[in-house]
Amino acid sequence: MSRETGLPGAETPPRVAFALERASKRYRGATALDGVSLAFDAGSVTALIGSSGSGKSTVLRLLLGLEWPDQGCVKVDGRVLDRGDVLAWRRRVGYVTQDGGLFPHLTAFGNLALLPRHLGWAAPRIRRRAEELAALTHLPQGVLERYPAELSGGQRQRVALVRALMMDPAALLLDEPLGALDPIVRHELQDELKAIFGQLGKTVIVVTHDLAEAAWFAERLVLMREGAVVQEGRFEDLCDRPASAFVTRFVETQRRLPERRP
Amino acid sequence: MTRAPAAWLAACVLLLLPALAWAQAEPVRVGSKQFTESVILGEIARESAHEAGAEAVHRRELGGTSILWSALRHGDIDAYPEYTGTLTHELLKDVAPDADIATLRERLRPLGIGITGSLGFDNSYAIGMRADRAVQLGIRRISDLRAHPGLRLGLSNEFMDRGDGWPGLRRHYGLPQAQVSGLDHTLSYRAVASGAVDAIDLYGTDAEIPYYRLRTLADDMHYFPRYEAVYLYRLALERSAPRFVEALRGLAGRIGEDAMRGMNARVKLEGASESAVAADFLGVRAQADAAGFWLRLLRRSVEHIKLVALSLALAVLLAVPLGILAARVKRLGQWVLGLVGVLQTVPSLAMFVFMIPLFGIGAWPAGAALFFYSLLPIVRNTHAGLAGIAPELRESAAALGLPPGVRLRDVELPMATRSILAGIKTAAVINVGTATLAALIGAGGYGQPILTGIRLDDIGLILEGAVPAALLALLVQGLFELVERRLTPRGLRIEARQ
Repeated sequence: MSRETGLPGAETPPRVAFALERASKRYRGATALDGVSLAFDAGSVTALIGSSGSGKSTVLRLLLGLEWPDQGCVKVDGRVLDRGDVLAWRRRVGYVTQDGGLFPHLTAFGNLALLPRHLGWAAPRIRRRAEELAALTHLPQGVLERYPAELSGGQRQRVALVRALMMDPAALLLDEPLGALDPIVRHELQDELKAIFGQLGKTVIVVTHDLAEAAWFAERLVLMREGAVVQEGRFEDLCDRPASAFVTRFVETQRRLPERRP
Repeated sequence: MTRAPAAWLAACVLLLLPALAWAQAEPVRVGSKQFTESVILGEIARESAHEAGAEAVHRRELGGTSILWSALRHGDIDAYPEYTGTLTHELLKDVAPDADIATLRERLRPLGIGITGSLGFDNSYAIGMRADRAVQLGIRRISDLRAHPGLRLGLSNEFMDRGDGWPGLRRHYGLPQAQVSGLDHTLSYRAVASGAVDAIDLYGTDAEIPYYRLRTLADDMHYFPRYEAVYLYRLALERSAPRFVEALRGLAGRIGEDAMRGMNARVKLEGASESAVAADFLGVRAQADAAGFWLRLLRRSVEHIKLVALSLALAVLLAVPLGILAARVKRLGQWVLGLVGVLQTVPSLAMFVFMIPLFGIGAWPAGAALFFYSLLPIVRNTHAGLAGIAPELRESAAALGLPPGVRLRDVELPMATRSILAGIKTAAVINVGTATLAALIGAGGYGQPILTGIRLDDIGLILEGAVPAALLALLVQGLFELVERRLTPRGLRIEARQ
């Protein structure tokens, strides 16, 4: 059952590379993103870090086609993403937000089944897939039949992750996926997520404001500030060869946080 | 979910069918205004037509002059009792105030309307006071009022506004009174009897004049025109229902002032039914018109519920999409909400009257008016329900890759269910109440006994309409709460409890 990707149900390991090219975005005059270029190779894991308002979330929203850049473009496998492709593209990407974004009127399973059902999957196939992924994410029995309001914070994020993985997407975009959880659950899930990333071989972007978490997930870190990339590289690069005084300050501040990992 | 629109449509068609069938097989329709004398004259017309072998129905208490006149002009009714003074002063333009019936006949012919000869009595306007108060102040004639500027006048709304009413009277006599309030005519007698006002307008044949011991003031400067009672009818009837027209014409000259006042008194003061009084006058047996209480209640309930259900169903069909549109296109949404909001501010009686030129009288215009009233709560709640969905959730549905239509159907509308249903419930409960006014334009329902009860000062009759209306409102409220519980997704209820 377990193939190279570790993901049951995948015929060919899906792979995708995508990029932002000189993308700018303004909201009511305030610059959210200022001519940012970032490439994400197929199968790579990248962490976007920075304080709130630095433009990290905007990068994800542009990549998903939830917003469109004022200048520049998004490229998927070398082709410019346009509005006609956007539905098909979003289905190849799993997206998890800080609060999970689960629909309160549907059970956890109802949430998982929404898109597959729309795409015409047979009921047993949806059920099988949901249960496999529930096992992969260590969701206890019976959780799938509950409503989001009946789940714990950690369970909600796991269900959101399963929902993002249902279609076996080529990429995973996670926007502060653990931001709303208490420290214990958070550490637990950090381990699980890292294990899952390792198995799946997908192109992953994790947005976080926590340097330690970023370093735990990804080889490649991208530090952003006020809509621009300040430095890009490994954790050690940021510590040992900071590109500016801001990077030094950012790293120093983070090191003092108690939940930092070595 | 997908079957719901089809079910609504089927329900609408089912509700419409009987209305259509009923509109076709209709005998001659006599209308009457919303006061006792007019209703009695309407009954006399109906029963004498029946005696002459022509079938007629009587749609009683349709409202004021403007409603009856436009109903006749539009062919919604075929005949109704009217007064010459109303014709000369209000309905026909450029006609001498003292024009005789022959002149009026000439003027009405081009409009396709015929007029009978005078029925035999003159029911002109008069000013009345409590006799004891008049004696105390020494008032016998209208011109005596000039010496008492502090007197409070309670005038019927119609009299306040018409050219030959208060404005003209005040000018003609140079009356100084400043405290003038508008009242419903049927209430003004009690107002004057209780001393709440000092003088009221009344009609010469009103039964209450002797009952409340009122003095009618002499029109010493000859202001009020003559109000000869006549029947107006559509000239087309001369071909389609010649016997009916013959019967109407045959009534000319047969009803004297005393006879009329006597009939008014029997209905208003002794509680006899208009049908019985009319039948006695004609010397015939009253046709069984008094259905038993339960049958009456059933008929009115059907009329009332049909009105509310149909208007509500159509309003839902329009208002929910409008609410969705308003939530989707923000700028347009402001316009839509503003427009339905303005509709809501139209006074309900005015709304019913506005519908008459468009839909005639009866259930259609009433349904249309209720339809417009239902829009605001449903549009507003649909809009609010959709706009209240957290942006993260809306985005989360978009990010999944669901097309907009599926997002609306499977995510946004279910999440807005509770709000939308609450809007429909509000509209339904308001409609049950507002529909009691529909009787004013001939739509029947629980408003009918309320109207008649107010006219006859009969509390029992008022309750016969008011109590079922209140019960129906409660029932509707309860029913919708049940539906709300069934239709609100369980997950939302759990979420709301936390």
